[in-house]
Amino acid sequence: MYILKRILTMILTIWVIVTLTFVMMKFIPGDPFASDADVLPPEVLENMRAQYNLDKPVAVQYALYLKGLASFDLGPSIESRTRTVNDIIKSGFPPSAFLGLQSLVIALFFGLLLGIIAALYHNRFLDYISMIIAIIGISIPSFILAPLLIKVFSVDLRIFPVATWGTWMHTVLPSIALASMPLAVVARFMRSSMIEVMNANYIRTADAKGLSTAGIVIKHGIRNAILPVVSFIGPLFVSLITGTFVIEKIFAIPGIGRYFVDSIFNRDYPVIMGTTIFFSVILVFTLFLIDISYRLIDPRISLTSKEG
Amino acid sequence: MSKLLEVKNLKVNFSTYGGEVKAVRDVSFHINESEILAIVGESGSGKSVTVQTIMGLLPKKVSKIKSGTIHYKGKDLLKLKRSELRKLKGSKISMVFQDPMTSLNPTMRIGTQIAEGLIIHHNLSKREAKIQALEMIKLVGIPNPEQRYNQYPHEFSGGMRQRVMIAIALACKPELLIADEPTTALDVTIQAQVLNLMIDLKDKMNTSIILITHDLGVVAETAERVAVMYAGVIVETGTVNQIFKEPKHPYTWGLMESIPDMYSDQKERLIPIEGSPPDLFAPPKGCPFVMRCKYAMEICESKMPGDYEISPNHTAKCWLNDEQSPSAEEVIALGGAMYE
Repeated sequence: MYILKRILTMILTIWVIVTLTFVMMKFIPGDPFASDADVLPPEVLENMRAQYNLDKPVAVQYALYLKGLASFDLGPSIESRTRTVNDIIKSGFPPSAFLGLQSLVIALFFGLLLGIIAALYHNRFLDYISMIIAIIGISIPSFILAPLLIKVFSVDLRIFPVATWGTWMHTVLPSIALASMPLAVVARFMRSSMIEVMNANYIRTADAKGLSTAGIVIKHGIRNAILPVVSFIGPLFVSLITGTFVIEKIFAIPGIGRYFVDSIFNRDYPVIMGTTIFFSVILVFTLFLIDISYRLIDPRISLTSKEG
Repeated sequence: MSKLLEVKNLKVNFSTYGGEVKAVRDVSFHINESEILAIVGESGSGKSVTVQTIMGLLPKKVSKIKSGTIHYKGKDLLKLKRSELRKLKGSKISMVFQDPMTSLNPTMRIGTQIAEGLIIHHNLSKREAKIQALEMIKLVGIPNPEQRYNQYPHEFSGGMRQRVMIAIALACKPELLIADEPTTALDVTIQAQVLNLMIDLKDKMNTSIILITHDLGVVAETAERVAVMYAGVIVETGTVNQIFKEPKHPYTWGLMESIPDMYSDQKERLIPIEGSPPDLFAPPKGCPFVMRCKYAMEICESKMPGDYEISPNHTAKCWLNDEQSPSAEEVIALGGAMYE
């Protein structure tokens, strides 16, 4: 019942996003052929507009778009002419998703580790070291970190390839560059949450039971401390996949982030719509999974609103 | 009767931003085998700090044990290695805390929390531990053990949670149970149930209990001996009879006067002890009660009284019990306390 209700709300959410994006997109001045207007005769422009239904009233365009969407057809790309938006997503998403997931794993693993260590050594040397790493991670933008990594690990040490996509070795540097910021954020979240939990009364109970420090942290600490971090994973995951634009440019990776940004400059309406919808579907679905995982982590959270 | 645990000259300080708080100042007491000792005193008198020192539960960063020994069956707990102390904690000495609402792990099943200690200390497999944990749940009077075993703390009421805490504490059949205000957070009717349960289990398992409370009614009903704490010092100890029938310290007198009398016909107002306890950042040189004492003399201010033995087992830290001291009535007759 809960799941059914959630799925209905998810569809509604996505419809709202589609509509808003459509309206806002139409407000951007110009259209896909604005740059061709000086070169091409008006009749040709008319024909081209007609081909993409741009000559029809906005309401009709909107209805036609929804119709296509219902059959999972995101339409043709105006800019690339030969490829559909579905094609672009199909080829661009796997590299972006792989990068995103891999950096998410890196960010979570090292972020949690750093946060836990910092909390356990609160206000001592290891805490300061961890938080210095975290501050560095937050303050250095990825477009600075990425070239630095390339310089050190590719050019000087020759461990990893400089750029492009292919083997797993190609994914290492971009993943690290992408993971640094979220890693730092996760570490800070986990640290403060863990410090709070370790002062809780039930930790004292565990101590009085005769558990070792490791036993207390692993069995009683982490699960209670991780909740605030989990709520952060959803948006983080999506931003890792979408936010790859800079990284994809620097490392020349054929991901989807590039198309997303380029499409806005080109007023490539179907691609703007398609990628936005695609990202929002991922976001909404991730949030759904996270809500379910709350229940698994914290038994006090009930999935039905009644028991609340 | 032999001594199970003996605390001698314990001094504990806390470092805070405001300076050093002398929370426990030279405390000595002991508990015999299968005995209930009550430690009474108002908030901040150092009761909890004293017993948490026994268990090694004080945060190490801020607390400092200045001096003293805590002998448990001949071993000084303060000198044990952490790993050795850990073997005693939860198995030989265990503790029930004040607030059952927050003292259980909210994300762990009740049964697992009870079984946990058995697995560590008795080297039981998960299944064996479960059988014993179910036994404990039954023993502390929680109905439907099988079903309750798999539930989480938020599915229990306060009284039931305190029963779970007791089950956790007694799972490994400890020799000493420290109960730090176990009934303070509970309804009055539930308080009696929980106390009776503890006494019941004490008789069954032959466990000694240190019961910390500020409820003198609870003391009178349950304890055999009493230690009265004030401002980090034990001011009077004795059997329940000695303390209730012939208290020898003005603070204890004050406590007795502040108990409401159910059988009194007259509508009497309760008599409070005027004033407030001394600042433990800079505790007074002499008797800590001097500022609130009706019978204060000059010497009280300048010199801490020793423990005067009134009768076997009964001591009081008050100058009035000195041979050379005038009696309390005489002090009043001479013009009363110097602090008025």
